Amino acid sequence: MSASQTEQRRGGFKLTQENIVFFIALLLFIGFSVLLPGFFDTSNLLSLVQNVAILGILGIGMGIVVIGRGIDLAMVATMALSTAWTVALINRGFGTGEAIGLGLAFAAAVGIIMGVLVAYVEIPAIFATLAMSTVIYGFGRLALVDLDVIYLPDNAIWLRSISNSFLGVPLPVIWFSVLAILAYLFLRFTKWGRYFYAIGDNRAAARITGIPVRPMTVIQYLISSIIAFGAGLITASLLASVNIRVAQSTMVYDVILVVVLGGIGLSGGKGGVRNILVGTILIGILLNGMTILDMPFTMQNIVKGTVLLIAIIVDSLANPRDEQTAQQGDI
Amino acid sequence: MSVSESFAKWRYRLVPDHLLGEVLSKNWIDNTIPFLFLIIVVVLFQSLIPGFLSIAGFADLARQLGEVAFVAIGLAIVMLAGGIDLSVGSVFALANFAALAFINYLGWPLYLAIPAVAAIGAFVGLINGLLVGYLRLRAFLTTLATLIIVRAVVDLLILAYARKVAMTMSDSDAWLFLGEGDLFGVPFNFVLLVAVAIIAHLVLSRSRYGWHILAVGGSRRSAYNAGIAVRRTICITYVISGMFAAIGGLFYAARLGSVGPDTGIGLEVTVLTAAVLGGVSLGGGRGSIFKALLGTAIVLLVTNSLIRLNMPSGATPLVLGLLLLLAVAVDIRWLKNRHKLLSRVYVSPTYFELPQRPATEAGSASPYAVNDAFHGVEAIGLGELDGPEDMIFDSKDNLYTGGRQGDIVRFLAPDYRTSEVFVHLGGFPLGLAFDAKDNLHACVAGMGVYMVTPEREIVRLSDETNRSLFSIIDDSRIRMADDLDIAPDGRVFFSEATVRYGVSDWAVDALEGRGNGRIIAYDPRTKSTRTVLSGRIFPNGICMVGDGESLLFAETWACRISRFWFAGPKKGKVETVVADLPGYPDNLNRASDGRFWVALAGMRSPVFDMSLTVPSFRRRMAQRVAMDEWLYPNLNTGCVVKVSLDGTVTESLWDLGGASHPQITSVREHKGYLYLGGINNNRIGRHKLADADPSWTSQHAYWGQP
Repeated sequence: MSASQTEQRRGGFKLTQENIVFFIALLLFIGFSVLLPGFFDTSNLLSLVQNVAILGILGIGMGIVVIGRGIDLAMVATMALSTAWTVALINRGFGTGEAIGLGLAFAAAVGIIMGVLVAYVEIPAIFATLAMSTVIYGFGRLALVDLDVIYLPDNAIWLRSISNSFLGVPLPVIWFSVLAILAYLFLRFTKWGRYFYAIGDNRAAARITGIPVRPMTVIQYLISSIIAFGAGLITASLLASVNIRVAQSTMVYDVILVVVLGGIGLSGGKGGVRNILVGTILIGILLNGMTILDMPFTMQNIVKGTVLLIAIIVDSLANPRDEQTAQQGDI
Repeated sequence: MSVSESFAKWRYRLVPDHLLGEVLSKNWIDNTIPFLFLIIVVVLFQSLIPGFLSIAGFADLARQLGEVAFVAIGLAIVMLAGGIDLSVGSVFALANFAALAFINYLGWPLYLAIPAVAAIGAFVGLINGLLVGYLRLRAFLTTLATLIIVRAVVDLLILAYARKVAMTMSDSDAWLFLGEGDLFGVPFNFVLLVAVAIIAHLVLSRSRYGWHILAVGGSRRSAYNAGIAVRRTICITYVISGMFAAIGGLFYAARLGSVGPDTGIGLEVTVLTAAVLGGVSLGGGRGSIFKALLGTAIVLLVTNSLIRLNMPSGATPLVLGLLLLLAVAVDIRWLKNRHKLLSRVYVSPTYFELPQRPATEAGSASPYAVNDAFHGVEAIGLGELDGPEDMIFDSKDNLYTGGRQGDIVRFLAPDYRTSEVFVHLGGFPLGLAFDAKDNLHACVAGMGVYMVTPEREIVRLSDETNRSLFSIIDDSRIRMADDLDIAPDGRVFFSEATVRYGVSDWAVDALEGRGNGRIIAYDPRTKSTRTVLSGRIFPNGICMVGDGESLLFAETWACRISRFWFAGPKKGKVETVVADLPGYPDNLNRASDGRFWVALAGMRSPVFDMSLTVPSFRRRMAQRVAMDEWLYPNLNTGCVVKVSLDGTVTESLWDLGGASHPQITSVREHKGYLYLGGINNNRIGRHKLADADPSWTSQHAYWGQP
């Protein structure tokens, strides 16, 4: 008896969002492989995975927050400004280790501030992080870095090496895989991971049960900010530069897209690393295909926006909002 | 009187403590924080920037306000219904492009171009509305997606047509006027903004649809259960928002005439900051158009000033972000703690000194000496009644009384064993009175004064009186109509016990010792209601003296009975009849010997009497101690006393064991019997009077034989 048959015994194949998205990704993959010359090609596929690795890493950070019924719209700003400061410090003659330490401290501070705003001041996560993203950008532009684009100096060999290849596999992909495994283990088997699910599922019940809801919320934002810093370092290493303008771009919405597409409900408490992987794969295939098709950037935005809309529509059709149990102020 | 006591007396007479709680309970108090903030911003930048408060600067600001505030009003309407619209910035840019394309490139006339631009905005809004309203998607993400899509569309359009649009210029004077024209020296778009804001305010606060918006935002579930078309209401808010954003973009296009790709980028954050800073709550239900305007003015002042101060790049987003955080934090904390603050300061005791308590001991020569006269009184409707505060007889001797269920119950003469629900009023009937034509008049707690004809037709007489000129709380609404009597000329005089508390918490008024109550007259000839006497301490029972000029009224917490002239040469005068009752008087009614029966609901206690002279003690108690631990006047045991018009008390009747009638709120003599009611009792008591005229009825004595 094969595993799939056992699956069927237990209720058969379920039309979950994860499965739908996975099939769409599969269809796209097959379609692109057949129709697009140069898509099904080892080098293209490797670059596909590498390009999408950053998005996937950010998606894991975002996913952890979303599971706890939060959202971190400041993730890209944190990523850009903390790395930009690190690189700027290296340019000013700091040691790589010191600079990374300071950048990490900055990201951690940002995460803790956001967590406190959400958990203790009780500002809705959407607004706290949206406002923080403007604050981070403004503060960074004002006090941390002088230019929009900061180039990685040639002597930062150590930092440059984190985006090399290992046995033909680009290191960012390996980082992404390692992080995915760690996040899976963390969410699945540690006490804090289970707490996150409990808080996301029913915050009041979690609190009554004795879970330290507020500190746990702070930790979620701390984790997402630190992951953002890591993603920023890899990006900086890949591009040999940091562009802080990315903080004001729509990139953070791509990250949300990855999380929502994969099937992590924004109402929290559901989903896991697998969903993020599925979402990442779909977005990766989509972006890569559109690039091969030579679609202009704005057109890609329209496609991404439409896909996001369809994803939310499907989500709301699959889990319809009930007028009697919908939460007030849940926007 | 000691020095400290006279100090307390004057301190509480001169300082109106109760106003603080009343101000805090007003809805407009939410506006004070943003308003103070606006003043701080103006003062701060005035000191930093020379010439900040110039006419030209204001005209400039007004013109910008005429663009951004349209967007803010639209967003505020969406937020009031509990949603959010992030796509406004993109719609603004789309409208800007569309307006320039229509007028410059296509050369359309304004009367065609303006509706077309508005329709484009409304169309994007409709998409949002269909998705969020009907498909019930999450507003934040949905409008985020439309923000991205519409922005991408704008970018595509700019790529394709920017040159063609930019090369041609419109020579229309009307178009120029939209962008730069003045009306009465004020920018045209600002005039239009004021007009639109007023209309939007009226729609929100006065129209059915506006109320639906606020209801949906206040509690979506309740609105749904109340039968409001929640989905349609929400959908329309997005259409309005899209249209308003487009109008803002239209004026922007008229002023600058540029299709720059930066147009409207980040506008959603600016406008969101403005709305929240002004006090439009996230999650809906609270806020107004005025608040959105106030917030927009603050945000524009701040951002413009930062630009004029030549702050380095990054300062503007930093300040905007911090402002948004601060505004949301204040909004959340204020919403969460406002009622706590209010409950701490609303109860505001004042100094009041009661005269010496007369003796009530058995065997003393006092007319109040306790006895057991009510031992073994008959019970009417035992167990059927819940709270017969007052009872009355019609000309056919049937007995009427109210109850907590909201009914008026009729017990049929002669034995009062069978009863029926006479009418259902829906509120708790308190004082009752009949006019000459057997029309039953009733004071209904929380509802006002109602009349029930013998044919059981219910007529609302009055639920509103004139608003006092300097009252902070709205005292026009009648909350606590208590007892009434009808003057020979048909005017209905009724007491309102307190204007500061409602049906559920009237007992708290006893802690204040302030004259919060009043006497109100309803004139059936003009159907008008006027307050005739105010500032009395819990006026309760009302009874016509019979001279057509004056009435007696009882002030419960002041333990006194006074006479008030409403007509004749002494009109407006008040004289105390009995100043030192041993208990708290409730209703009073005529007796067969020309005197008056007074029901005492409870007896005074030395501790509470003393606490009335120490307001600070009662204030501390109200702030620090849980409500059910407060020291209240005793309302557990009372009696009935008979008073003559000159103030002599001739007799008192007690239920010493307290088995049947511990607390008596009403007493009525009818054909040789005394009937006893109690607001917390489950029966009406019937007591045979030894020496009373067995044919006397109050109805005949007052209105004459039919």
